[in-house]
Amino acid sequence: MHGHCGLFFTSYRAEEAVFPSPVQRVWLYAFLAVYLCLPFFLNAYLVSILDLIHIAIIAAVSLNLLTGCCGQISLGHGAFLGVGAFAAGALSAAGWPFPLDMLAGGAAAALVGLFFGLPSLRLKGIYLAIATLAAQIILEYVFLHAGALTGGSNGLLVEPASLFGYAFDTDQKFFYPSLAVAAASLLAVTNIMRSRAGRAFVAIRDYYLSAEIVGVNLFAYKLKAFAVSSFMAGMAGALWAHYLMYITPEQFNIGLSISYLAMIIIGGLGSVLGSVFGAVFITVLPEVLSAVAGAAGQLFPDVSSSLLAMKQGVFGLVLVLFLIFEPEGLVHRWRLVKAYWKLYPFAH
Amino acid sequence: MAYYLQLIIGGLVVGSIYSLVALGFVIIYKATKVVNFAQGELVMVGAYACFALTVQMQLPFLLAFLCTLVFSVILGLALERLVLRPMIGEPIISVIMVTIGLSSVLKSLVQLFWGTDIRVYPQVLPSEPVVIAGLPVAPVYIAAFALALTLFVIFTLFFKYSRLGIAMRATAYDQQAAQSMGVSIKNIFALSWCIATMVSSIGGIILGNINGINSQLGVLGLKVFPAVILGGLDSLLGAAVGGLFIGVLENVCDAGAKDLLGLSGFKEVAAFVFLVLILMVRPYGLFGTHEIERV
Repeated sequence: MHGHCGLFFTSYRAEEAVFPSPVQRVWLYAFLAVYLCLPFFLNAYLVSILDLIHIAIIAAVSLNLLTGCCGQISLGHGAFLGVGAFAAGALSAAGWPFPLDMLAGGAAAALVGLFFGLPSLRLKGIYLAIATLAAQIILEYVFLHAGALTGGSNGLLVEPASLFGYAFDTDQKFFYPSLAVAAASLLAVTNIMRSRAGRAFVAIRDYYLSAEIVGVNLFAYKLKAFAVSSFMAGMAGALWAHYLMYITPEQFNIGLSISYLAMIIIGGLGSVLGSVFGAVFITVLPEVLSAVAGAAGQLFPDVSSSLLAMKQGVFGLVLVLFLIFEPEGLVHRWRLVKAYWKLYPFAH
Repeated sequence: MAYYLQLIIGGLVVGSIYSLVALGFVIIYKATKVVNFAQGELVMVGAYACFALTVQMQLPFLLAFLCTLVFSVILGLALERLVLRPMIGEPIISVIMVTIGLSSVLKSLVQLFWGTDIRVYPQVLPSEPVVIAGLPVAPVYIAAFALALTLFVIFTLFFKYSRLGIAMRATAYDQQAAQSMGVSIKNIFALSWCIATMVSSIGGIILGNINGINSQLGVLGLKVFPAVILGGLDSLLGAAVGGLFIGVLENVCDAGAKDLLGLSGFKEVAAFVFLVLILMVRPYGLFGTHEIERV
């Protein structure tokens, strides 16, 4: 572990702690205190971006658990979100209260994830990626054609989330439940990675045969990774449904799956903090591009018409450049910056 | 019955294009072990390049066709050198993501230059249908099928008898052994990307002659996965057979689902349902290499 100067561990327990030093804990609490006040000072547009970031964080960290930590490439994460969203939407319409329908959405996504995770026992690497791609496309078709549950191509109207009669129906109000679930997911994944299951995931990712030889039950742990990951993805989908209040099958297409993969690659594979960085980066990127195009549109009126194509192109370009020049992601850069400041100004 | 026969013939034509795209995919996978998610976009770029040359620059079709091939060779070389070579030795997921990133860059470039409307090629072949076994078939379909078949024969012979083809197969089999026998792995990687982009462009041009092209053509690249998995990821013959079979399967299942179950749009998923089944039963496909791992 990277401890600060003078920070020595005398027991494994201390080394494994979520916050190895009290200073980190204090900084985090200070950050949280400031962050919780943000909705009162920012305008609705900025808060809505933060809400979307929270949802993206849940999805990204869950995908990072499956792909970054356990090494099971999933091209179907967007569809798992969709399962959670449509399940929660349908249950909410049937009168289930808010946190329950979100959990049920997560459970539905976990079941679907388990089902599509079954082939992972036999399939590895590219074959599993293609199998999850098939899952994505088949699920998209189901969303579109199971009209009784999902509303088909018309989409599904969802009530805003409400708890004990208090409706989280504005961007500012929705900030808090989404933050709570995001924080819980981050904490859950951090703790999973400290446990036996987390070690087993990493062992499977690094070399599955050695993992099996040291006593990791491959099938059980791969399925666990799929179930936990898609449970959290389903909760993210349910939150998203409550936030947008209107969901259609097109939202959960292959592009969504790809953008989550992009988040964990740009953030840093197998890193919880990296998932957060990636989620922030990929959510903010199109907004920044829109702002830039809006500013440029006053000078060159033609720009705004090709904005959509440009967003996609810049997304792809950023992804390619990151993979070539910063394959370990933003979290690697973050560690370098921290290491630089730790010894500043005596770096050498 | 005639309806289904018509569907099968239509499926074979679409399938022959799948086969061409799958051929490009397999050549890249075989030589470099890169799974190319941008194969469909390569088809699209080739189709638009040919469109720009014939319609916007008014070149005769045959000349434009040759120029497109030259362009796609250059494109293939550039992509391999700039994007794929730095990824050698990186984990599978990074390589997959780099080709996905590439696909969205190519798609957005096409949209920036040509917009999203459907573009139609000028009529090259006569539109008068030819009657085969009592069914009218457009000549462009026959030309597409014949062209695909010719390319397959050429590539099979190339891999079997030419020096370069044998070097490519050696590289696919064992890179270190090939290198120690004097094969330049770098050149082989570049060559395989050239061939793949060229074949994809030809597929795109054929498609342009049949349906016209738009910026959603890249979706075709996803259809290649059922085809290559059915045939086996590293088998040329498998790509040919798989592509044709998937083309027919799509058409027949679509009609079957509509008639029997009343489901519309089953075409989009039929191939993928089938893909899942193959992966469960025989992941290495009909003609692929069954990898055995020993500890």
